[in-house]
Amino acid sequence: MGNKITIDPITRLEGHGKIEIFLDDDGNVANAYLQIPELRGFEKFSEGRRAEEMPRITPKICGVCPTTHHMCSAKALDDLYGVEPPPAAKKIRELIYSAFMFEDHTLHFYFLGGPDFVVGPMAPAADRNILGVIQKVGLEAASEVIAIRRKTRDIITKLGGRVIHPVCGLPGGVSKGVTPEDREEFIQTAREAVEFAKFSMQLFNDIVLGNKEYVDVIVGDIYKHSTYYMGLVDENNKTNFYDGMVRVVDPEGNEFAKFKGQDYLDHIDEHVEEWSYIKFPYLKNVGWKGFVDGMDSGVYRVAPLARLNAADGMATPLAQAEYERMYEILGGKPAHNTLAFHWARLVEQMYAAERLLELAEDEEILCDHIRNIPTGTPTEGIGVIEAPRGTLYHHYKTDEKGVIQKANLIVATVNNSPAICMSVKKAAQGLIKNGEVNDGLLNMVEMAFRAYDPCMACATHSLPGETPLIVTIKDNKGDVVKVLQQNG
Amino acid sequence: MSKPKVAFYWCASCGGCEEAVVDLAEDILKVVEAVEIVLWPVALDFKRKDVEAMADGEIAVSFINGAVRTEEQLEMVELLRRKSQMVVAFGSCAHIGGIPGLANFSNRKGVFERVYHTSESTSNPSGVVPKTRVTVPEGELTLPEFFDTVNTLDQVIDVDYYLPGCAPPADLIMDAVTAILEGNLPPKGTVLASKKSLCDECDRNDSKPEKLQISELKRVHLTEVDPEKCFLAQGIICLGMVTRGGCGQRCVNANMPCRGCFGPTDEVKDFGLKAMSSIASIFNIEGEKDMSEEETQKLIDSIVDPAGLFYMYNLPSSILRRRKMED
Ligand code: SF4
Ligand code: SF4
Repeated sequence: MGNKITIDPITRLEGHGKIEIFLDDDGNVANAYLQIPELRGFEKFSEGRRAEEMPRITPKICGVCPTTHHMCSAKALDDLYGVEPPPAAKKIRELIYSAFMFEDHTLHFYFLGGPDFVVGPMAPAADRNILGVIQKVGLEAASEVIAIRRKTRDIITKLGGRVIHPVCGLPGGVSKGVTPEDREEFIQTAREAVEFAKFSMQLFNDIVLGNKEYVDVIVGDIYKHSTYYMGLVDENNKTNFYDGMVRVVDPEGNEFAKFKGQDYLDHIDEHVEEWSYIKFPYLKNVGWKGFVDGMDSGVYRVAPLARLNAADGMATPLAQAEYERMYEILGGKPAHNTLAFHWARLVEQMYAAERLLELAEDEEILCDHIRNIPTGTPTEGIGVIEAPRGTLYHHYKTDEKGVIQKANLIVATVNNSPAICMSVKKAAQGLIKNGEVNDGLLNMVEMAFRAYDPCMACATHSLPGETPLIVTIKDNKGDVVKVLQQNG
Repeated sequence: MSKPKVAFYWCASCGGCEEAVVDLAEDILKVVEAVEIVLWPVALDFKRKDVEAMADGEIAVSFINGAVRTEEQLEMVELLRRKSQMVVAFGSCAHIGGIPGLANFSNRKGVFERVYHTSESTSNPSGVVPKTRVTVPEGELTLPEFFDTVNTLDQVIDVDYYLPGCAPPADLIMDAVTAILEGNLPPKGTVLASKKSLCDECDRNDSKPEKLQISELKRVHLTEVDPEKCFLAQGIICLGMVTRGGCGQRCVNANMPCRGCFGPTDEVKDFGLKAMSSIASIFNIEGEKDMSEEETQKLIDSIVDPAGLFYMYNLPSSILRRRKMED
């Protein structure tokens, strides 16, 4: 029995996710546990509800990514009723979705995880927040961040009614179409979004890639895990957020599986541990071998870098160029560097902006055939989508009246839960030696955690957690010997 | 004069109410200028002991979102109540329970059974479930317990005002902040939105006939919807009659019916009951003046999941509160 370090990422959130690190007798890391301490039970209270209300109920899992749950739920309803949305409806959904991916990635890069890089991984934690970013990039640039998020979110408001918890998705289409005036505005916003994505990339180039110290941290061994990767791809194996096949590549980058969302149960299982309310998904056909890397472990990763690893490229030109450049610098595919998730997020931000523009310019979105009314009898439906934080599955079973009998959800961040535990452990191992706790531990462990942009609301179906950490080091009697804390 | 101190806090919420504050966008700078934010967990570092060290009543106003369902949340809102002159319940969950309040139809046992045992994607042959205290090879780990019942904020502490909505719209947030700063406040207990119902403000209201008569209820996903016409007049259940106005008819704007996130108007005691009786009162079978009670009942019975529909956002604040559980 050694020392115990408690990293409570949610001092701010009062008990909604914590990391416990145990030391062995020599004072080295024995193990690390990411604990998710809440569960709201959406799967349970969805039972008995009308299927058509699911796109309005499930977004409340997360107010940061409500659009993801809304769209995934609508897709599950398409499948449930066996109805294809008309082309215009699909494009409108994807347009809303692209706007959402863009603004969410922007939120993460500038407000949440990105400050680690923009302000600098070695900067005091107190400066690694949005205020620090403003100092570094200037108020003008910061106002642009606010403005472009407002404009892209306005697209969602316009078509979805509300940007926080949109309501427009129905089985077989959407409830509202696009007017020519809307379209003009969307095109304008999309153009600005592309420019903004370029600006973000430039910023990353100048501040991060131009600094050898940062690059060393990114490619360093502390933040490396060789795992399987999962993401949606289109018919050319290019990354797609809204639709396509789920593709899984092995740690060497070879295609391991490619399947329809409807077949997820043939490929994914979830493991339960006594010490967390969160479950731990793994590849069924590899098996659960615990929290370990490698070819024989069913642990896989999702979200930006995983999506790019699982694909052969990006479907739009600027994003493709950035994709190639990223892998060139990282030394090939797949890239196992956890911190490169931030970089991949910017490549995706570019893709989301370019795709938004493509769709806004597409005249078909003006077509008023935006719904096919379901005629089939509902029984079972599965939807899959790429959330900003990874692959999301909604699975409903209903009676013939379309009343939910069973709902099963595998939520984006949850896919990454085994890997997040592993990353935290590895970072801790690298920074705690013989009982010596490096003062940078807090920052570095936090960075390992934040690279995944873990959303506690999604993960726990409880609360979002973009979080400062508290590290409490306890001796083997349970007495606190040291506390590390942000601004502490 | 020093700036008034303001706190934002979240309980069991989805983070949408926090986004609503971020969505003030450029306006947020005005707020930051006028007040001193002493607590905002999502954006600022926070230490509970700093709040504990404050004098009672030192915080001018606390905005609290999310429903209350853990011991820690309960302790925190009690602490904030003591330290604050004014508490505003922010958003549907704090106000009336919100969607997570639907959990009151179930309980912890039911949730565990579903999530850890019967879930299609879960492989759990040895029947492991999370425990509040666990011994792992390296030591002991703990998890908090959560309450079986979701509570609204005013079921656990005294609340001065309510900002309704899932999430509250930016203009109402700014109006409330301005009113508080100017000391220009209505009587305690007021819901800071419209006094009228949503229907009264809805631009489809004109297409709603004086005496609504519908003989059949339709479900929105199975029906072609006229984007100009009142949903009720089309036979689609819309809860605008019972719901407080002020949201800017956001869902109706997207051509979808209202589900009542703003909660009831002042006259309404129980949202669900009132909604049901309002719907019942507009049923009419062709050729008959008024329906018999029996016929009305039959039509009501034909409504799929009435409890989940009429109490979608407000179960914890309703007279049902929660379904009686066996254990
Ligand atoms: S019932 Fe709905 S659509 Fe009709 S007037 Fe009221 S809010 Fe508007
Ligand atoms: S229309 Fe109804 S459900 Fe929609 S935002 Fe307004 S009050 Fe809430």
